[in-house]
Amino acid sequence: MGELQIKKETKQYDAIIIGSGAGGGMAAYVLAKAGLKVCMLEAGPNYDPAVNSDQLKNPWDSPRRGASTKFRPFGDFDGCYWGWEIDGEPYTHANGTKWEWWRARMVGGRTNHWGRISLRFGPKDFKRKSIDGLGDDWPIGYEDVKPYYDKIDQLIGVFGTNEGLPNDPDGIFLPPPKPRLHELMLKKAAGGINIPVIPSRLSILTKPINKDRGACFFCAQCNRSCKVYGDFSSSSVLVKPALATGNLDLITNAMAREILTGNDGLATGVSYVNKTDMLEYQVKGRVVILGASACESARLLLNSKSTRHPNGLANSSNVVGKYLHDSTGAGMGGVLPQLFGRKRYNEDGVGGMHVYTPWWLDNKKLDFPRGYHIEYWGGMQQPAYGIGMGIQSQNGKFAVNGKTKEPGGYGASLKEDVRFFYGASFGMAGRGEAIARADSYCEIDPNVVDKYGIPVLRFNTTYTDYEIKQAKHMHETFQEIMHQMGAIITWGGDNGPQNNWGLANPGNIIHEAGTVRMGNDPKTSALNKWSQAHDCKNLFCVDGGQFVSQADKNITWTILALSMRASEYIIDQMKKQNI
Amino acid sequence: MDRRKSIKALLITGASAGVLVEACKNADKKITDASSVSANPFLGPDRMAEEIKHYEKVAAEKFFDDHEMKTIRVLSDIIIPKDEVSGSATEAKVPEFIEFIVNDMPEHQLPLRGGLRWLDMQCLNKYNHAFVDCTTQQQIEMVDAIAYPNKAKPEMSQGVAFFNKMRDLVVTGFYTSEMGVKDIGYMGNVPNQWNGVPDEVLKQYGLAYSEKELKECAHYDKA
Repeated sequence: MGELQIKKETKQYDAIIIGSGAGGGMAAYVLAKAGLKVCMLEAGPNYDPAVNSDQLKNPWDSPRRGASTKFRPFGDFDGCYWGWEIDGEPYTHANGTKWEWWRARMVGGRTNHWGRISLRFGPKDFKRKSIDGLGDDWPIGYEDVKPYYDKIDQLIGVFGTNEGLPNDPDGIFLPPPKPRLHELMLKKAAGGINIPVIPSRLSILTKPINKDRGACFFCAQCNRSCKVYGDFSSSSVLVKPALATGNLDLITNAMAREILTGNDGLATGVSYVNKTDMLEYQVKGRVVILGASACESARLLLNSKSTRHPNGLANSSNVVGKYLHDSTGAGMGGVLPQLFGRKRYNEDGVGGMHVYTPWWLDNKKLDFPRGYHIEYWGGMQQPAYGIGMGIQSQNGKFAVNGKTKEPGGYGASLKEDVRFFYGASFGMAGRGEAIARADSYCEIDPNVVDKYGIPVLRFNTTYTDYEIKQAKHMHETFQEIMHQMGAIITWGGDNGPQNNWGLANPGNIIHEAGTVRMGNDPKTSALNKWSQAHDCKNLFCVDGGQFVSQADKNITWTILALSMRASEYIIDQMKKQNI
Repeated sequence: MDRRKSIKALLITGASAGVLVEACKNADKKITDASSVSANPFLGPDRMAEEIKHYEKVAAEKFFDDHEMKTIRVLSDIIIPKDEVSGSATEAKVPEFIEFIVNDMPEHQLPLRGGLRWLDMQCLNKYNHAFVDCTTQQQIEMVDAIAYPNKAKPEMSQGVAFFNKMRDLVVTGFYTSEMGVKDIGYMGNVPNQWNGVPDEVLKQYGLAYSEKELKECAHYDKA
């Protein structure tokens, strides 16, 4: 490197947005459409699903046949750059705790590969403390967010059905796809034990909604992102139209270092390192909007210390980084012997499940306070690395075309076995609500920096009996469903007290939230109910950081709704000259 | 975008990017892109610069020697021979897949190298030849001694572990090849319209869509 200097951008923006995922993308969309001059910083390269998606690739197009690498932990065709680890960007753990941190580095962030599960929070989800005394209530309720859910349903598109459920609100839905064969079997079996199975709610276009996006053509590969924009990715559905307004400047490979503040304590801009030329830059704006992900946004705030904000920005309450929580997760899987030797047809459908189970019980009658929903998968999926492995544990257990065989083997008989078992697998996973706690958190590691010299996060997250008992309940439910379906459990059946009933490490489910939470009291929250920092009125956080609790629902739809709400508030406050 | 047009674009172009970008193009793009993504025609899928670097490194390595590769070829075709449905493992280039995957997943290297040597030593002691130089009958006799975990003799346990790994890699390599995917009958990964489970399959399993499902679910008129 030559002489180190900071390059200051002369252009003064109305808003600087850090991150281009669901939160940042929505803010860019709303603000750029409203005519504001917006600058978006993204730590990864540009990504446009129309260009970059690996949709419709065959397993043999990958030299590793779709197996994962550290660059693509969910497989070689997955539409996400990086994942659990990024070269040169470590994170650390305190006291042997085990947070797993997924980071996407690309325009659109994790929304390029996410599951498109688009669930509204229900009225109870904003008021959990009032119900069970744990955690805190949100400073807003369902009625505050509902108008934004309605707008997002129509702007982005989501399929589902109106079921009139008390805490899984109806929406403005496109028609869902018909259930697949194993999903029909599931519905029948679960119905017999009073577990509801209803059409899933995914942001995938089963009908076209505008001229800019194509409708789904049922290749089942939403995780690779969609070349015709038939599903929701922030890159294609929000950032791209925002760019088309001419009001958005997108700077890629820009790793935010800190939020700059003036003598009055207000935010003035952002400093970042350009990962390509490794030079330091500063960009100035009237407001700064964090959408870098719950943990990355907390890291930025904690690293933005100044005389006016000695504890980090927006952190006079000392809550930034605290209340970090993820969805709980546990799973089970096996085979459906009735599907052995099944007739072949194309059953791809959309990317992901066509039906799911919303939380159906009353926690007052259970020994754990919060619920979970169940996701399902199975059927004749595209072969990938791993197919046919471990056949010796299957082909002795089940007669193949009427013949009982010695486990293992080789030759033409083995080929027969692989064909016979194909398409019979079935599995499920619970995704539940954990309690957000002050003593489960991330903080700045005093000793470690990343390759850019930015202090990194150290995690200290734990689960309590509440989450473990919930995982136990999941386990028992899964066993019951598998039994009712006549399935043979091949994995997950051994989970028990020895491994917390299969409860995944926190972070593993990739729904982190709570680190920059909102609230009415500036002493116990970082943001007010408009996602605006109590300590710094021209600073906003629109990602999962602002969540007080995260419900038994995937959080993306609520991130989008809250970001739209905050962005409209920003426009209003700017008009009133309040910021 | 019109669905038919977009699907047509996908089908015509294969790589498809050009047409679609044209079709969906936005106005005046203002991206300051110091992008590290580049398109490497040899790799097929979209790759980050870091992935390309990793791929080029591992693809250039050569772990197995000629004798080991020869043994892998013979074993591959014993595990997946040609039958009335599809060809053999070597026809599907499974040995080449194994040669690559041990570089990409180095954890396979030692068990395979050691296992191949174990196999040769067994054959040398028993038949006075390395595995590939044994007669076909001797090779099958050897494989039979390690291919069935439950009935293999205790002293064959290392061979069983080796053969399990070989079988895993050969089967997975074959059934992810073009030939293997056709063999297994996977019919997806093509633009289509999902109208539910075929009637004859519903009938086979004694299932039917409910009135509610038929009313609320998407249905498409096939052109």
